[in-house]
Amino acid sequence: MPYKIEVSDKAGVFDAVGCGVKKDILDLGLNTIRQVRFAQVYSIEGNLTSEEAKKIAEELLTDKVSQVFSINAQGAKRKAHNDSVIEIAYNPGVMDPAEDSVLKGIRDLGIEGASSVKTAKKYYLKGNLSSQQLKTIAEKLLYNKLIQHIAVSSQPSALSETTYQFKLITVDLLGAIDKKLLEISRKGQLFLNLAEMRQIKKYFQGLKRNPTDCELETIAQTWSEHCCHKTFRGKIDYKEKIQNPKSKAQNKSQISNPKIKSGKIDNLLKQTIVKVTKELNKPWCVSVFQDNSGVIRFDEQYNVCFKVETHNHPSALEPFGGANTGVGGVIRDPLGTGLGAKPFFNTDVFCFAPPDLATGKVPKGSLHPKRVMKGVVSGVRDYGNKMGIPTVNGAILFHERFVGNPLVYCGTAGIMPKEKSFKETHVGDLVVVVGGRTGRDGIHGATFSSGELTHESETISSGAVQIGNPIQEKKMVDTILQARDLNLYSAITDCGAGGLSSAVGEMGADLGARVDLEKVPLKYSGLSYMEIWISESQERMVLSVSPEKIEELKEVFSRENVEATVIGEFTDTKRLELFYKGALVCDLEMEFLHHGTPQIEKKALFVHARHLEPKLKCAKDLTETLSKLFSRYDICSKEWVIRQYDHEVQGGSILKPLVGIVNDGPSDASIVKPLLNSQKGVIVSNGINFRFGLIDPYWMAASCIDEALRQVISVGGSLKEVAILDNFCWGNPDKPDRLGGLVRAAYGCYDAARIFEAPFISGKDSFYNEYTVHNKSIAIPGTLLISALAVMDDVEKAVSMYAKKAGNLIYLVGETFNELGGSHYYALSEIIGNAVPKVNAKKAKAVFQALSKATGVGLVAAMHDCSEGGIAVAAAEMAFSGGLGMDLFLSEIPYPEKEKRNDFLLFSESNSRFIVEVEKKNQKKFESALKGMPFGLAGCLKEKKDFQVFGLEGNICIKATLEELKCAWQKPLKW
Amino acid sequence: MRKVRVCILRTAGTNCDKETAFAFKTAGAETELVHVNRLIGWEKQLEDYQILAFPGGFSYGDDIAAGKILANELKCKLANQIKDFVSQGKLIIGICNGFQILVKAGLLPGNKDFTQEASLITNDSGKFEDRWTYLRAVKTKCIWTKNLPQVIYLPVAHGEGKFVVKEKSVLERLKKNQQIVFQYCDKQGDLSGYPDNPNGAIDNIAGICDATGRILGLMPHPERHQLNVQHPCWSAAGKNKKSGDGLQIFQNGVDYAKKLL
Repeated sequence: MPYKIEVSDKAGVFDAVGCGVKKDILDLGLNTIRQVRFAQVYSIEGNLTSEEAKKIAEELLTDKVSQVFSINAQGAKRKAHNDSVIEIAYNPGVMDPAEDSVLKGIRDLGIEGASSVKTAKKYYLKGNLSSQQLKTIAEKLLYNKLIQHIAVSSQPSALSETTYQFKLITVDLLGAIDKKLLEISRKGQLFLNLAEMRQIKKYFQGLKRNPTDCELETIAQTWSEHCCHKTFRGKIDYKEKIQNPKSKAQNKSQISNPKIKSGKIDNLLKQTIVKVTKELNKPWCVSVFQDNSGVIRFDEQYNVCFKVETHNHPSALEPFGGANTGVGGVIRDPLGTGLGAKPFFNTDVFCFAPPDLATGKVPKGSLHPKRVMKGVVSGVRDYGNKMGIPTVNGAILFHERFVGNPLVYCGTAGIMPKEKSFKETHVGDLVVVVGGRTGRDGIHGATFSSGELTHESETISSGAVQIGNPIQEKKMVDTILQARDLNLYSAITDCGAGGLSSAVGEMGADLGARVDLEKVPLKYSGLSYMEIWISESQERMVLSVSPEKIEELKEVFSRENVEATVIGEFTDTKRLELFYKGALVCDLEMEFLHHGTPQIEKKALFVHARHLEPKLKCAKDLTETLSKLFSRYDICSKEWVIRQYDHEVQGGSILKPLVGIVNDGPSDASIVKPLLNSQKGVIVSNGINFRFGLIDPYWMAASCIDEALRQVISVGGSLKEVAILDNFCWGNPDKPDRLGGLVRAAYGCYDAARIFEAPFISGKDSFYNEYTVHNKSIAIPGTLLISALAVMDDVEKAVSMYAKKAGNLIYLVGETFNELGGSHYYALSEIIGNAVPKVNAKKAKAVFQALSKATGVGLVAAMHDCSEGGIAVAAAEMAFSGGLGMDLFLSEIPYPEKEKRNDFLLFSESNSRFIVEVEKKNQKKFESALKGMPFGLAGCLKEKKDFQVFGLEGNICIKATLEELKCAWQKPLKW
Repeated sequence: MRKVRVCILRTAGTNCDKETAFAFKTAGAETELVHVNRLIGWEKQLEDYQILAFPGGFSYGDDIAAGKILANELKCKLANQIKDFVSQGKLIIGICNGFQILVKAGLLPGNKDFTQEASLITNDSGKFEDRWTYLRAVKTKCIWTKNLPQVIYLPVAHGEGKFVVKEKSVLERLKKNQQIVFQYCDKQGDLSGYPDNPNGAIDNIAGICDATGRILGLMPHPERHQLNVQHPCWSAAGKNKKSGDGLQIFQNGVDYAKKLL
């Protein structure tokens, strides 16, 4: 008989979980809630006596100091007090992350009879709540039906073990006409288009047989946009034009936007991103665009690698699980690079709809953005912290168009000895799967992310949603690195999208591979051969191991309770051969699988849009405007998020994401020292601004590169060894207008990276970020994230952004233009504008180099880059983070425009600008280091804690206390 | 001369082992990262070490409660080995998750039967927080905290760090025996509320020792402030200082353990 053990806090102990839920319920506007009490429930099945159950409850599950337990109680006591009870349990088949460790704890007690443990969460609610209100609370706050349910009966609904009867399934392609081919693709969730389906049919016609379901799935996974990037690598027929060319609203800046030649582009990636890396040909680039992450040189003995991925679609449906497995997935990229790199920092960048969005604006089938945001942050916190990898850098942006489709970028960097940077699979090597077991979870993730979301997605694709088990992954990382250092394997890759099908298919691409699918360890019985092959269960890696090393390898893993299982071997057949209990279920030529995709030609059209050109009046007093800018979600403090991440584990955090006299100012970038005994470090930063892309994706791309690089400069870095990563999140590339923007962005990347001499080393794209409700498609704004990784020779040259000393001088470096298009100042009036900030990369580079010379010799006390919100925001942030007042004189700022306005100068988001604090004694030296550059001595720091700006005419246009400004900046996300 | 040997105990989910080892090495010790399975399987013996360190992390995912499953494992599988280690006058330190383990295994505050008398429970804020805290280093007989300035600065990073006791008498005993070694405070050293006290711990308790002063447990991370450059304001606070506030704690342990060689 199963035992249900319920553990709750003793009376008098502060119930922090319950209180948090109560606060969230009040936020929903349900003011009648008086109290929430939380209880943890464990349902234990197996052959146990009641004494054993009591021992488990008492010794293991309850904290005797602070908690009490009950066994198989019906909650009668609580009921008597008219409490409402909501109990949330996992759905059958969803991995319960606590099950393994609870079972281990029970065995440690000397009790062997427990066979399964399911956990549930129980909430006792006091207050006058209707059943409809209870339903709202449960649905909006407490559970997600994709992975959980409200437990009605007291019995846990365990997944009944089923047995699987083998039956080979073939799909009739040979007899299918076009219409039928498309139907097969749609019904099977293959997301293959007609040309591709025809190609597959042709291939099997040649073989004179129909494909098995497994073969068709393997092809669909391998050819998915997610795995092979057919848009970027395909042919594009590109055109651009100007909207209403004769319209009077001609805007000079727009005409100067570079035109990209219309015509055919063969492989956009090779023409832009990859091309610039080739042309720059940096000797410190070790491995680019070929492995699971990009690798650059760190020092004489080590290399570092970096990869950023997105996990948008899963996060839209199940924010916690989606972000959780997003982090888990990207960690496996450095781990699967070369022979495996040790992860040493994570990054996270998100785009959401505003968290205060009216409920009526949330489309059917979507979660409210506040819940999405909280869930995503928790998911990142859970996985990153438990892995012991510091989350050191990120950004969060907001726009209503992310409502059905948030963006969740996760990045991981790793470090490895330089001789471990390459891999090689050999004929005769064994295929070994290590880590977690395979289950039915995560089926169809790769193909799912290659299609648009609809309000039906949550029902159709729920199999693609998982929650992670970070401790499983931590064990795997620990043991893999041990096996690596003992030279026990020759190649490694991660089981990500597509599961074993893509991992084995990729590793054996040049040789051949055979796998016996029944050998793959399963979480539970009942999986078909096809499910085993394509399941995307988390926390698994595939190794290629020479037969003479297999026993030693298994020993390394089993010592720390990690499974390592031989499932096949690499062959010289150039074929992918899969068997299930001896029966051939898949036999495909590697050549067809990896190079058989029909090249697709897509049409792209970019229209230079004309937005309304606003006629804003410049207010005399801009204090309130500044305060409003500070309270925008994009600009406000993200401390609530950052504090929940462990950003200091591993001990390498040298410049933290929060800096200042009370550690709450916004750092421009982070510096991490991966080796505690070395002075060398790496700088990580990011540039992202979809608002510029609403006007011109070309300038968005250039601006993102400028932003990421100027942040490197701000913290004391240089352009000497900076690598960058591109992550494009775009709408449906089959629609010419979406693809047109992508082409412009890619060319923007090429032009800027070439001049800055910053090579791309890795990247990833995510398309189909659209959300369809009743045939109306909402596309996200095309969004590019540029992440930068720079090697720093001496971390003691680091510079932070907060003001250091009264009396020090404030310089403005770089020119400001009337580039208010896409600015937050315009956004305050809900205007986009047209004059998007541009990048003069040649000039910018000279400024960057001069500044790094100055930081290199210690002339800079503090430096902050100007980005969202412009000079006013950046200068005030410096002041209040350092707890020092500042006087700023706009007349001294380089401003080569004819039309001069205080508001434009203060709030323009022109690129390549910095605010620099310099000690008086260094004035001459600093000015001579910047000789020939645009700069102005525009202010100074003072003890009096206010922020004062003198306008172009000399009159005061901003005057506020540091307290007022900081408060405006901290308030929005003080949850 | 022989070096002090430190056993850094790790298991699934341990994640501050390497930087803790680095601190002990800097302090002059020899360190070994030892998986708990090897102690249970007698492949490694505790008698070969003078110091046993429980580093931070999320042992077994902190499922059930932080540190609980490893504490249970120690009690069920390693109780005798650890009792012998303690009775030989050797040293134990538990940092963050390590502190949670020591408390839940009954090694701290410590009594004859190793029953649990205190706990570390969910922060009052209800969430994990990473922040720097000022700590009042109380003068006690704890061998780990000699020669510390009155106030030191170390980061915390935890979700379950609120120190509570089973009953009032436990707290009184801790005070009487001088077992409270670190208390959260403000920059001046005065006891203060959130966020200075990041979790709502009673009497602002951040770290305690056992009655002998040889077993120390603390929530803040001394290994994350062993180098000067780990200080959040190091560039302003003085670049010339080489070590951070936390290193002295490891140094004290190693210096004391030399007598045990």
